[in-house]
Amino acid sequence: MAAAQSLEAQAKKELVSKEEKTVPARYYVPTTDIYETDDALIVVMEVPGVDKKDVSVNLENDVIRVEGRINPTKYAGLDPLYTEYSVGHFARAFTLSGKIDRQQIGANLEDGVLALTLPKSKEAMPRRIEIG
Amino acid sequence: MDMPYTDPFSRLFQIQQALDALRTSAWLEPGPSGPGAYPPVNVFAQGDDIVIIAEVPGIKKADLRLEVKGKTVRIAGTKSVGYGDKASIHRRERLAGSFDRAVTVPVEVDADRVKAECHDGVLVLLLPRAEHDRPKSISIT
Repeated sequence: MAAAQSLEAQAKKELVSKEEKTVPARYYVPTTDIYETDDALIVVMEVPGVDKKDVSVNLENDVIRVEGRINPTKYAGLDPLYTEYSVGHFARAFTLSGKIDRQQIGANLEDGVLALTLPKSKEAMPRRIEIG
Repeated sequence: MDMPYTDPFSRLFQIQQALDALRTSAWLEPGPSGPGAYPPVNVFAQGDDIVIIAEVPGIKKADLRLEVKGKTVRIAGTKSVGYGDKASIHRRERLAGSFDRAVTVPVEVDADRVKAECHDGVLVLLLPRAEHDRPKSISIT
């Protein structure tokens, strides 16, 4: 692991969506890691400022849609002097493959990082084939 | 007097190079969000006091180091991104590493009354203006 390397800020990417939003708010694409373990696919998204109750994860037609909303009222009474990043909601969607067990999807939010656990279905698990 | 021969295309290529350099440089980017020192901060004024907000998703409170002296605030720490053993990575956008940046604010800060909160990956620093730095109102006698 390159832990000693110095960290640079990443530009927030604004969401370009085919659908239109009905609220005049900015949406950003959360930076995401996707990795696979033996029994699940893990999707980790950075959604700073999003409370647990403001996250929605919806699964429809094999598309998992994640939306995290920030609370803009926290910025009431603050006068911006100098800004380096914009603040907005987060949204991103992923298409699931057929190998995911749709009933067992789990989500966990900690320190502004949302982790989705997409367990592989039994049929997709690696298994040992015995020679008869 | 003979004119030195110049390649008519070299000027064109120079223009193209200049345009490319302009396009790839960050200073023309729209919006305030661009690569730079980590973590990106927003600085606000709240009455006389200063509020610094930074997005630090995935960083534990124990991995953040904050220092205040005079007008300068230092935000340092490390961010680690773990995948566990035996994971195969499909997509990697989150960055890990160490960071150390100092932000100078326009007023002297009362270091004893500084408050820091970190919730949901957002670091909020409340920096009260030092009493001796406040403007004194003078009554006319």
